[in-house]
Amino acid sequence: MTGPASTASSHHSIRHRRTYWPLIPAVLWMLVFMLLPLLLVFAMSFASRGLYGGVQWAFSLTNYTMLFDSLYLWIYGRSVLLAAATTTICLLIGYPLAYFIARAPTRWQGVWLLLVVIPFWTNFLVRTYAWMFLLRTEGLLNTVLLNVGVIRTPVDILYTDWAVLIGLVYGYLPFMVLPLYAAIERLNRSVVEAAWDLYANGWSVFWRVMFPLTKPGVIAGCLLVFIPSVGAYITPDLLGGAKTMMVGNLIQHEYLVIRDWPFGSAISFVLMAVVVLGVLAYIKRGGVFDDVDVKERR
Amino acid sequence: MGTSSVEVRDLVKYHGATLAVDHCSFSVQPGEFFSLIGPSGSGKTTTLRLLAGFDQPDQGEILIEGRSMQHIAPNHRPVNLVFQNYALFPHLTVFKNVAFGLEMRRIALSDVKSRVGAALDMVKLHDKTDRFPSQLSGGEQQRVALARALVNRPAVVLLDEPLGALDQQLRQDMRMELKAIQEQVGLTFICVTHHQEEALTMSDRVAVMNHGRILQIGSPRDIYESPGSVFVASFVGHSNQLTGRVDEVHAAVCRIHVPGLPPIVARYQVNLSISSVSVGTPITLAIRPERVDLSRKPHESGFDNRVPARIEKAIYNGSDMHYWLRFSDQIVWTARVVNGGGQKEFTAGESVYVGWNAGDGVALTQ
Repeated sequence: MTGPASTASSHHSIRHRRTYWPLIPAVLWMLVFMLLPLLLVFAMSFASRGLYGGVQWAFSLTNYTMLFDSLYLWIYGRSVLLAAATTTICLLIGYPLAYFIARAPTRWQGVWLLLVVIPFWTNFLVRTYAWMFLLRTEGLLNTVLLNVGVIRTPVDILYTDWAVLIGLVYGYLPFMVLPLYAAIERLNRSVVEAAWDLYANGWSVFWRVMFPLTKPGVIAGCLLVFIPSVGAYITPDLLGGAKTMMVGNLIQHEYLVIRDWPFGSAISFVLMAVVVLGVLAYIKRGGVFDDVDVKERR
Repeated sequence: MGTSSVEVRDLVKYHGATLAVDHCSFSVQPGEFFSLIGPSGSGKTTTLRLLAGFDQPDQGEILIEGRSMQHIAPNHRPVNLVFQNYALFPHLTVFKNVAFGLEMRRIALSDVKSRVGAALDMVKLHDKTDRFPSQLSGGEQQRVALARALVNRPAVVLLDEPLGALDQQLRQDMRMELKAIQEQVGLTFICVTHHQEEALTMSDRVAVMNHGRILQIGSPRDIYESPGSVFVASFVGHSNQLTGRVDEVHAAVCRIHVPGLPPIVARYQVNLSISSVSVGTPITLAIRPERVDLSRKPHESGFDNRVPARIEKAIYNGSDMHYWLRFSDQIVWTARVVNGGGQKEFTAGESVYVGWNAGDGVALTQ
């Protein structure tokens, strides 16, 4: 009777002999295609623009001081604000939607989730063009509103911040819904019933039990929406026009139009630093890595 | 007689097309420990959820302390449920878990502290107030769930398989403790369990359910000693059965003819299980394995019934011996003989006489 004993010991050794070699492709990929370009961008951000658009490798901090120009700060501020608004609206729409899906009968959940991700099957650029048609002065939205009688004259939505906001919410809503769905679906129903049984009204059931227990999903969803929104490029370019530039458009402008690669690099790097620091602060405050959440997962 | 703690009248609940609760009525007195037992799907958990208010009955009425519970949401009912898997709040400490109900009712903080402290004292968890549920053992989590309900001093404490998730030894201990706590706090308990032995030891009264219907309500002794149907006899404890036809009727006893066996004398109770007994009525005798006597000689002592059988299997079970007895091709009984020092042990293959008195078994119509 060596069977059970030997299986147990082999499990033991598998768990303790860590094998790293399957990671080699991933490590190589990250080194060559992520870390190297990143270092290059970082180095370039201290260089300056050559006379005809090339890079002059002479160390200077001018690119970074230039960023404090109110023009650029304004674009940064607008980007963060638009991304924050996008995240908030996605959360307000996404939570009830995710709750509805997670509490639907199992056979319907798949259908609803499919509908949430179906837009991904079409090119993002094409979908954004579609929004241009919807939001135009003589577009579908204005036509409907005029016919219903809500407004008397067409509203200019396209090429405003509102159009950008609508486009961003539309584009990133699925990234909010999916992690929230996962969190809510995992939530033990009887815990919610227990709160109800213990005299909690709807408001308290949500804020005292449901929200804290689905917070990891809220945090994940907010990050997945905020990070791409703040660096969004296509949406503000097409829906915002020339007036409403976001950081992504600024970077594109510096690289491809003005051909000032070093300044573009500096903007990219600051954006990345701002996002990383912001996210770290958010996670710390939100307590994703709290004891409680780790324990809750058990 | 004062108002009942809980009064259930003609309760009906459908789950889709299936009748989950089928015209159930019962009442529970203040301070009583009442259990609903039955196999899974018998409607006992549905009944509990109707009492808690998570589901609405399709028909019938629930009164708690004389007040109708119709259209009253769970958070406005004077009941608290101890959930099957405890459903503790994983993000709150033990203290916060137990304090939850009081805080929701906006009880003053100083009262909350003293009441939670007292509740945790009662379940012996006063030193674990700052732990999170996942840092507790199963038994400790169970106690927190209990304290979280008791601290509110509800009119009724509902328990859904309270000991179901505990291991064997802990179940045994918690059974006694749960009963002791219930007596100490003096609250009405309604407990749902499929574990009949647990229900017998803890309850003042037991209701046996099957297919949504209440088959019998009575004290544990009544249910065990005088089951009203073959289902109750076999669900509550083990029971041996013989099926035959009545061939002689006297007051309180009748004689049953079972093909291939000598005539059997059995006790019957009119109005419990049998409306009338007459010659030719098909009837089933039920008898507990521990009420059966075994001997090697036919005339060892005066039993009303004495039937020859063969020991098919003998199993040593520590505190007692289990025997499988074969009367005929179809009829196999079990017998439990207390291990009193091995003076009377049988081995497989032996021929024995199985003896019992008319009063040891009960005759039931199907």
